[in-house]
Amino acid sequence: MAETEQLTPQSEDEACAMVAEQRAGKRTLAIAGAGSKAVIGQPTTADATLSSTGLRGIVEYNPEELVIVARAGTPLAEIEAALAGNNQMLAFAPPDWGRLLDADAGQTIGGVAATNLSGSRRLSAGAARDALLGVRFVNGRGEAVKSGGRVMKNVTGLDLVKLMAGSWGALGLITEVAFKVLPRPASETTLLIRGADDAAAARLMARAMATSAEVSAAAHLPARVAETVVGEGPATLLRLEGFADAIAERIGRLEPALETDLALEEIGETASRAAWAAIGDGAPFADGQGIVWRISAAPMAGHAIVGDVRAMTRGEAYYDWQGGLIWLRLAGEDPQAALVRGAVARNGGGHATLIRAPEAVRAQTPTFQPEAPAIGALSERIRASIDPDGVFNCGRRSFQAERDAA
Amino acid sequence: MNAIEFPAPDPAIMARRAEIVAALADRVGEQGLITDPRELVPFETDAFTAYRRVPLAVVLPESTAEVSAVLKYCSGNRVPVVPRGAGTSLAGGAIPQEDAVVIGVSRMNRILEVDHDNRTATVQAGVTNLAISERVAADGFFYAPDPSSQLACTIAGNIAMNSGGAHCLKYGVTTNNLLGATVVLADGTVVELGGKALDAPGLDLLGVLCGSEGQLGIVTEATVRLLARPEGARPVLFGFASSDEAGRCVSDIIGAGIIPVAIEFMDKPAIEICEAFAQAGYPLDVEALLIIEVEGSEAEMDAMLKRIIAIARRHGVASIKESQSATEAAQIWKGRKSAFGATGRIADYICMDGTVPLGQLSHVLRETYRIVDGYGLRVANVFHAGDGNMHPLILYNVNDPAEAEKAEAAGADILKLCVDAGGCLTGEHGVGMEKRDLMGHQYAEVDLDQQMAVRAAFDPGWILNPAKVFPLDLPARKAG
Repeated sequence: MAETEQLTPQSEDEACAMVAEQRAGKRTLAIAGAGSKAVIGQPTTADATLSSTGLRGIVEYNPEELVIVARAGTPLAEIEAALAGNNQMLAFAPPDWGRLLDADAGQTIGGVAATNLSGSRRLSAGAARDALLGVRFVNGRGEAVKSGGRVMKNVTGLDLVKLMAGSWGALGLITEVAFKVLPRPASETTLLIRGADDAAAARLMARAMATSAEVSAAAHLPARVAETVVGEGPATLLRLEGFADAIAERIGRLEPALETDLALEEIGETASRAAWAAIGDGAPFADGQGIVWRISAAPMAGHAIVGDVRAMTRGEAYYDWQGGLIWLRLAGEDPQAALVRGAVARNGGGHATLIRAPEAVRAQTPTFQPEAPAIGALSERIRASIDPDGVFNCGRRSFQAERDAA
Repeated sequence: MNAIEFPAPDPAIMARRAEIVAALADRVGEQGLITDPRELVPFETDAFTAYRRVPLAVVLPESTAEVSAVLKYCSGNRVPVVPRGAGTSLAGGAIPQEDAVVIGVSRMNRILEVDHDNRTATVQAGVTNLAISERVAADGFFYAPDPSSQLACTIAGNIAMNSGGAHCLKYGVTTNNLLGATVVLADGTVVELGGKALDAPGLDLLGVLCGSEGQLGIVTEATVRLLARPEGARPVLFGFASSDEAGRCVSDIIGAGIIPVAIEFMDKPAIEICEAFAQAGYPLDVEALLIIEVEGSEAEMDAMLKRIIAIARRHGVASIKESQSATEAAQIWKGRKSAFGATGRIADYICMDGTVPLGQLSHVLRETYRIVDGYGLRVANVFHAGDGNMHPLILYNVNDPAEAEKAEAAGADILKLCVDAGGCLTGEHGVGMEKRDLMGHQYAEVDLDQQMAVRAAFDPGWILNPAKVFPLDLPARKAG
């Protein structure tokens, strides 16, 4: 990426002034946090970068209210440390893709909100967007806008919080976030089933999620991936969290419900935590080799999508979210987007996001799944209602193709 | 009582009534169209009964295509549209206006698919909330959001208002349990959002649609997430000598890292009203009651209750009563869920719905009593304490205009109190007509302007539920 001017406002007011000035000068801005995910998306062509990193600090945190409010540029590590000090956590388990993307700058809490990326517990505890209770942001007119708040239930007015979550900087600069937090489970155990193929694993995970055992995460690692995370042989992992006595009870209910002859073993807390961190962080593909896709689909369709892809090209995959989140790695430098997205479409639909690819490849391949024309046009109208002059983030997102066409 | 303003009916539309009715008949047939003045009366209001207007016509389409045809006609002819689920809105979200066509989803009431392995149900949007859980119960699943009106209210209405319920402390509200929707936009365009995957691509259109109060589009089908039913559930009654103490007990339970599936609060007036109606076995000699529900196997519930009881004892709990049978548990919930209905039997009431930070519960309760007392009225409090969602029921006589005015004024004061305490105007009922004119207390004009700009991206002609949510006198709205 070419060197561009970096704007780092120290306050929301200053951010508003900067946006207004850039807008008046008809210049464009790329929004950034710490830059940990800067290599996701089409390479941008903005005149300057607007960074949230000058907006730092926890604004409000009363543990018994289960809410934390922080300025957007606050490092995620600082937030997580404050929560851990009170035995609390962000339940959606924001992943750390630093190694996967070869970026060691850390993450900001605003970046977590703006990318709506969630880890393995998303299956049971919801996504980042579900935990995001409120935001403040600067829109393309240079106005500071508030949406939502800091209480757990709030239906007052249009929920712009959801639009900002996962907006990838296309709508505005998030300056402050309020996240719901939850108590950290007292302990955790993972039940590991060894030897299922991808299709059998999908059935095992579906059976597990149909029980009352409160499985909080479910993943399947085919043999080659499993080797780097939990040792030899295909591994299906079911995570249980809570008080130790309750976990034992629930495993007692879960095992017979799986109706399997395969070997079962229990992984204790330390190894369990390490395994789930590896799964959420994309660690099996963090060696820098190949193109990486992240595919969201119906849980039972995951293995069929991977089967389709692998029938046509060389690649390997593993599954999170009961099979509904596919991490797919293709050999070489060709993302084969049509092949991958075609396989998704043939198997009930979903979407594929290009997570890691060389810049030249990303320039040619829509990172985010292109949408149906009516939805793309609507998204473009929404974008224009927040940033009418297109100050922010030219080209990073696929629906902006509609803008270029318009 | 006419404190909340309706927009004046557009005479041009009223004059074209016959033509509009004929056009609607072409699109939905006679069986899907109501124009007889007497038959229109049931549609004149919802559960916010103090306000009512008979609409121009009501259409009850049978399909997405019919909804699309009607919306295309209405937007093309600038005829306002008021979408309607079951008409159970407590905020007046479904109250029509005289120049509007009501589009009701009640005839689209089929469950289209239940997919156990993917844990989803796909339904037509007129299906009732409870019908989904009833359909999948035998297979061990349920649909989590459980508004008190769940027997009647529709999924379309739940999505429009982002409905909650008693159990959303653990399971979230509608937006957290909705995976996909078929939506008809104001101009008749049909879009499919999401599906059976957990995350959707692009902007979170489903997220902004949920809770948009029928202003962004009409949902005709929805895919919702099913959850495995817990092994068992046990509501337990905790009586306290003061509301303050009960409020502090709630804070301490949550602060101790315990999230029960529900924590419901009732003050003495609410206890008396609900007990008289449901004979649920509520203690009558306490000032405040918590219904705390735990889930799991017998052993898990015992273990969690032990932890909760220890905290309650520290707060001087006066009585503890565990339900001993499924029947008793059902009675306890019946009492709670019929709180509004039971109150309606003894007086007229308006129900507020502000949410406050948990640490502010005691303060807001005390101030609520003081405010209502100041107007010379009575209040019963029954609410979702675990997530700070208050429901003061202000009792008054609807036939006494002066008292009705006082009740509305007291309600407005309480909502401002909630906002000033760091909370919001409405936690789950929606803004509708009722709280429309209070929006300026929670949001600055620039915030509302941005919301309205996004709204206009969906519905540039402002034909969908136009008189709701946003104050009528906002400059940007007038200009638009």
